[in-house]
Amino acid sequence: MAANWLPPVSLTASGRPVFLPGEVERCLLPAVDLESENPGLAPFRSGLLVLTSHRLLWIDEQSAAGFAAPLAAVVHAYPPKKSIRSMFASPRIRVQVSVSPDGRIVEDGVRSEVITVVMRGKNDPDAFYCRLLEVLRSRQWEAAVVAEKRNTDSGIAEPPMAAAARVRMPVVGVSGILRKEQELWESTDKSLQEAFQDLNALMSKAKDMVQLAEKMRLKLLSSSSASSNADDEEMGSKQEMQDWLLSVGIVSPVTKESAGALYHQQLSRELADFVKLPLERAGGMIALVDVYCLFNRARGTALISPDDLLQACTLWEKFDVPVMLRKFDSGVMVIQSKARRDEEVFARIASLAQKPDALRTGISPSDAALTLGIAPALAKEHLLTAESKGLLCRDVSPDGFRFFINLFTEIDPSDIYMIKNNGPAHVWSSALSLSG
Amino acid sequence: MQRLGDFKLPHFFNYPPYFTLQPVRETREKQVQLWKELILDYCRSQKIFVISLEEDFPLFSNPVVERSLSHEARQVFLAALVNEGRAEWIDKSHKKCLILWLRIQDWADYILNFVKENGFEDSVMTVEDIRFGIETRGTELAGIDRGVLLRALKLLEQKGKAAIFKGTSADDEGVKFSA
Repeated sequence: MAANWLPPVSLTASGRPVFLPGEVERCLLPAVDLESENPGLAPFRSGLLVLTSHRLLWIDEQSAAGFAAPLAAVVHAYPPKKSIRSMFASPRIRVQVSVSPDGRIVEDGVRSEVITVVMRGKNDPDAFYCRLLEVLRSRQWEAAVVAEKRNTDSGIAEPPMAAAARVRMPVVGVSGILRKEQELWESTDKSLQEAFQDLNALMSKAKDMVQLAEKMRLKLLSSSSASSNADDEEMGSKQEMQDWLLSVGIVSPVTKESAGALYHQQLSRELADFVKLPLERAGGMIALVDVYCLFNRARGTALISPDDLLQACTLWEKFDVPVMLRKFDSGVMVIQSKARRDEEVFARIASLAQKPDALRTGISPSDAALTLGIAPALAKEHLLTAESKGLLCRDVSPDGFRFFINLFTEIDPSDIYMIKNNGPAHVWSSALSLSG
Repeated sequence: MQRLGDFKLPHFFNYPPYFTLQPVRETREKQVQLWKELILDYCRSQKIFVISLEEDFPLFSNPVVERSLSHEARQVFLAALVNEGRAEWIDKSHKKCLILWLRIQDWADYILNFVKENGFEDSVMTVEDIRFGIETRGTELAGIDRGVLLRALKLLEQKGKAAIFKGTSADDEGVKFSA
């Protein structure tokens, strides 16, 4: 079956394509074949077709392999045929591309070849064709090439606008950075206003927005080395700003518009990629509510509903992704990395609960939250799980809800006055007698 | 070691979770077991036959750790004793509980043993003699609950070891033991 007349592309761990800088996803179609007019080349069968602003991607979800044709090579796209005969066959859209002498699809080929997109699923060929024409007309891939050329010409990998700002205004600490940002925002204010005029314009401006965020991040990074005498507070606020900027950008958000019926599947994969970083920072577990906020903030526009998020998480069971949705007995839902093991958490809780202070007064969810580095609500879930395993037991009093290491199993009911030497109960009673 | 009157309390009496009804099954089973033992031991040493849920009971609160059992917890622990035949609800609303640190059968055996050891075969004793008389002083029988004693005596009567008859006053009965 090895069809390899298109160059392969790399995919993320959860099977989403890795996008080029500035590339935006525009349309997705499931169950699509790609055929070449050259009979010697085996067709690609039944994969996911992704139309982006730069490329036409074809992804086989079973083997997690992807291939791509650059849109720059497209000479002409033929509209879907309308005839009695075509009503009974799968809809086809033919695309004429230029090909180099050795058969690769390139921008300035010597001859042309026709690729046929065969839609086997329930897709709307006209809508796809419209979207394709739209993308071809906007020629966004050219912008990237031009920017690249300019960078290599000037010999510095820095956007021209930033270079100009540097000449005018020396960077002095955070205020300098803030001033530069202010200028940047003002200069792009116009494009921002345009961006909000309508959704189509917004999609084409999305690339600029992300570029802007990238630019600011790069500058923050470079200036932190420049002002090495900055004090800790300054570094702290810089760090905060970097974090904030990093959280700005999913370059090509999956939207209902671009993905259609595949929406939840693609969203699910995108989400799996996204939560990796926040999960690491939160110690391997993060509340679904928090993910909802982070994810929507990263998307910026095209926000998703809580229901969509839940559906996307539920779909993880079907994919091979490194994260999972977990529902605690109390109903609290969290996202957890599969690598995180409960045993490890329980071991840490057990050692916390056996410290002398904890033996006397027990531990509260906030104590556990501090030790485990997680939110108190989640810490409480861990404590309740540890309780259900018999590791802890509870103490409810006017002072609150606390947990103690479980000593019930240590006591022999036939001799309630005896304490096993060197057991936890022994440690407990000596901790008690120390306190007087 | 903490004490309640002359009763020696176990270490875990100061363990705060001991006073919170545990929701996890295995932990609760162990907790219930420990409470049953403690209640029986305490009642036996203090010769307490009736625990009323409406009134304060010294064992059910610990001022040292500032914890006390909830009404539900008290009911659970007493109900566990009832299930084992070591206690009986006196009223239908389960407010008062008769604690049988010796079962009726055990009491009957104890009385028979007492009669034999003290040579009271073929002699007559009143119920009040047994409960408060000089003869039973220092034995488990001193201060025994009247209802419990009568039930134990009736059990002996059924076995032909005793005969109960009306005494001189209406509220006192006599019993004649036979070997």
